[in-house]
Amino acid sequence: MLKFLFPNKILSLSNKIINNLIILFILLLIVGLAYSLILSPPDYIQGDSVRIMYIHVPSSFLALGCFGLIGIASIFNLVFKIKFMSLLAKSLATIGCTFSLISIVTGAFWGKPTWGIWWVWDARLTSMFILFLFYIAYIFTWKIITNFEKANKASSIIAIIGLFNLPVIKYSVDWWNTLHQPSSITLTSAPTIHYTMLIPLIIMFLALVVYALVIFLMRYKIEVIKFKLNKKK
Amino acid sequence: MLTKKVKTRINFLVIFVLLIVAIIFLVLKSLEDNVIYFFSPTEIYNKANISLEKKIRIGGLVKTNSIKKNNTIVTFIITDLKNEIVVSYNGMLPNLFAEQKGVVAEGKLKDKKYFIADKILAKHDENYMPSEVTKALENSKN
Repeated sequence: MLKFLFPNKILSLSNKIINNLIILFILLLIVGLAYSLILSPPDYIQGDSVRIMYIHVPSSFLALGCFGLIGIASIFNLVFKIKFMSLLAKSLATIGCTFSLISIVTGAFWGKPTWGIWWVWDARLTSMFILFLFYIAYIFTWKIITNFEKANKASSIIAIIGLFNLPVIKYSVDWWNTLHQPSSITLTSAPTIHYTMLIPLIIMFLALVVYALVIFLMRYKIEVIKFKLNKKK
Repeated sequence: MLTKKVKTRINFLVIFVLLIVAIIFLVLKSLEDNVIYFFSPTEIYNKANISLEKKIRIGGLVKTNSIKKNNTIVTFIITDLKNEIVVSYNGMLPNLFAEQKGVVAEGKLKDKKYFIADKILAKHDENYMPSEVTKALENSKN
């Protein structure tokens, strides 16, 4: 199924597919924004600031998801020496980094009216900030180390270490007392979000996943081309 | 399929992973008091040697009918439904501060039952509902 990710296959991936994904993203975004900004009701205590959640939650998920994929790709890269895994991971890094920043900033905008403070150093917020730092470290390793083999090794090790931060972020709200509330959507029990708010959240989630996919495909294609050009030199 | 080289790398990775897990676990364990953002009244009650000088945070629910306002000074009771602490505070309360809602207070303990706060934060729970639904829920209760 994932055969199209092989370096030779990705180059023949037509722009038509990417363009169709962009159209799908725009449609989902229009419906999602209309639903989350206009059609959905304000919350019974938070009022209209609940609408920040529709961008905050999907961004946080994508920030964690991208790093999870980078970490797994790095394991395959180091253990089985599958070269294109590092190109895959490299293309995901800036996407995840941007989403982690969006998650932190929108969280601050929500925290001020809800908690009464922009930022606190509780377990959830701190571990999310550490994830952001891991992204920065990962991206800079590629930028600073010019030798491909060395950069590949160093960045993979950083990604594998950063992988341990993910369960800490996920379960921080259950393991310790935090100011951040526990998850509203879990696999084991019914969501504690009313369905009128769950629908816009799911649509916005799909919109941002498609967006991340589009940017990833474009970046990955460029990384493969760059890699092949360097090889020829 | 697995060559000897790959096998050594897998073994190396497993040891590496176990080491990191152990390190992270020990670090978090030793820093537990700092990782926990606030203590509940029961945790304060059970703590043996508690410093009255150090700034700490306590959290729980605001007890019903416990909020008393005297000029700018507010007193209320934080409860975790087992133990209670009286909190006094002089300043602006966050908008979402209300009875039966989560709250975190930062300040110093006067004794195990009395807390002087210099910052109050409202804690939000994981429930998201439109106000019509809460009204309907209250009506069905009565």
